[in-house]
Amino acid sequence: MKKLLLILCSVMLFQGVSYAGSVLNGAGASFPYPVYSGWAFQYQQATGIKINYQSIGSGGGVRQISNRTVDFGASDAPVTPEKLAEKKLLQFPAIIGGVVPIINIKGIDSAQLKLTGDVMARVFLGKITTWSDPEIVELNPSLKLPDAKITVIHRSDGSGTTAIFTSYLSEVSKEWEKITGAGKSVNWPVGIGGKGNEGVTNYVKRVKNSIGYVEFAYAKQNKLADITLQNHEGKYVNASFESFEAAAAFAKWEQDKGYYLWLVNAPGEDSWPIAGASFILLAKEKTASNQQTIKFYDWAFDNGDEMAIKLVYVPLPQNLKDDIRSYWQANGL
Amino acid sequence: MASIIKREQTLDKLFSGVTFSAAFLVLAVIVSIFISLFRESLTAIDAFGFFGFISSTAWDPVREVFGAATTLYGTLITTLLALVMAIPVSLGIAIFITELCPKFLKPIFGTAIELLAAIPSIIYGMWGLFTFAPLMGEYVEPLLQRIFGPIPLIGHLFSGVPLGIDILTTSIILSIMITPFIASIVRDTFALTPVQLKESAYGIGATRWEVVKDVIIPYSKAGIFGSVIIAMGRALGETMAVAFVLGNKHAIATSLFDASATITVTLANEFTEADSDLYLSSLFYLALILLTMNFLLLAIAKTFLARKRKI
Repeated sequence: MKKLLLILCSVMLFQGVSYAGSVLNGAGASFPYPVYSGWAFQYQQATGIKINYQSIGSGGGVRQISNRTVDFGASDAPVTPEKLAEKKLLQFPAIIGGVVPIINIKGIDSAQLKLTGDVMARVFLGKITTWSDPEIVELNPSLKLPDAKITVIHRSDGSGTTAIFTSYLSEVSKEWEKITGAGKSVNWPVGIGGKGNEGVTNYVKRVKNSIGYVEFAYAKQNKLADITLQNHEGKYVNASFESFEAAAAFAKWEQDKGYYLWLVNAPGEDSWPIAGASFILLAKEKTASNQQTIKFYDWAFDNGDEMAIKLVYVPLPQNLKDDIRSYWQANGL
Repeated sequence: MASIIKREQTLDKLFSGVTFSAAFLVLAVIVSIFISLFRESLTAIDAFGFFGFISSTAWDPVREVFGAATTLYGTLITTLLALVMAIPVSLGIAIFITELCPKFLKPIFGTAIELLAAIPSIIYGMWGLFTFAPLMGEYVEPLLQRIFGPIPLIGHLFSGVPLGIDILTTSIILSIMITPFIASIVRDTFALTPVQLKESAYGIGATRWEVVKDVIIPYSKAGIFGSVIIAMGRALGETMAVAFVLGNKHAIATSLFDASATITVTLANEFTEADSDLYLSSLFYLALILLTMNFLLLAIAKTFLARKRKI
């Protein structure tokens, strides 16, 4: 018993000294949690350094790094350059995810229904109420669309997924921007809310003639019927690893802004229009722990792609990885 | 001898001190929760006021305009409907168990009710989402719509697309959740009715129904009332089960087939990702309102019961 206590005490002591020893503490977004913990596990095996990442939500991640209670924070929504300056933070993307609209219409399979961003915005606004609406039929002359009322399904909990999706709708539709706007939770004009990706999925599967949106990984793993979307260049694309990576590669990232960018409606012929990066936040003055953190991400950029793909995340394209490394150097890390 | 007495006295004092601090702890926790909720709510109170907040139907995190009307309405309407459904059923259960049930069946029904109370609410939520809501959406609600839809005024209560994710489904699940609370308390108070009273009533030729109606129920009024208040407290605060089946929509619903949202569900859904100060503060404000409402309900119930006892 005494031995056990001793071990416990020494473990706690080590936890206390944090980065000076061999533990890095991070907290934030829940979306990248599986891949970060996967990387952390492999990283510990390779280097012996332990990364302790708690998925407490993006809001909490930003708050905790702003208060300097963790070594690094993580957020699904990019923090604005103004706020980065105010809280003295550094920011860079670490992994790409995205959002896929899913549908449940009898007789229509994955990647058959074509929509433009504007038409989808009007569906989520409740302006287009049936699948047989001329605006939808015009885009899909060959499909047999039912004359049925559309049920819109959205997330009820605040989430990065909703932030990415609503940013996209705001980007492609002035109407949406004016009426609803973008955010982690918004005032939805129509529809019902499901809790989490699993809630939305369940509602869409159950409710006939419905449309919802979920994370790419979730749609892929559950083989949900998705749609084909028109991208920035006017091409119709499907959600896939390639189209996400294209979006990240062609996006105009800017180091000065701390990579502040919504990866929606990105340029490039093959780019999927509703993507988003998950970001890492560092406290500017904590050089010692920052060096530990970027060492981990540097390692992950080199060795983590396979793990990421296995977990259905989209790794950063090479040009972006190189750019981030130069950003680290520019900031003296 | 004196030393023994003295020691006993100190022990006594120590004992009462310990029990007092245990009791005091409860008070301290409640008061500190109130204070911290109030402090966190200050930003929202400054921004929206009290009547402005509870009368506003806005809930727009993007523009940071918040109001409690929609969630307050959702909370009250689902609780009210749940009580309307649960009270008669619970009374029926209690009457059957105490008055009509054959002796050997009594423990079986009694235990079944208590088991119902022991089911965690997340299980009600999952069962509601995967089993009950589909049944409601596919069979029960279309049927109700066909029967009541054509009737003017009442028909409006049954309008809309029946999805099974709505106020009606939620209220029914809530009523199942609170039935055991009412039924078991009422059963116990029914059992307390003096046998002499019942016997005399039977003696002057009262039927079973008359005994229940004129002797047992009037005698147990306070117990019934108390159990309803406890059940109401549970229904007002229920979170997980409701989050799954209510549809989480910030709007004043006028049809039983509309989705809605309650205070607790809104807190559970939006707390983790509420990133602006005003948003977070508004959520705390909602919690403060719910706690105050529960507190007032309890106070009303207590004074009502105290008055009743005096008469």
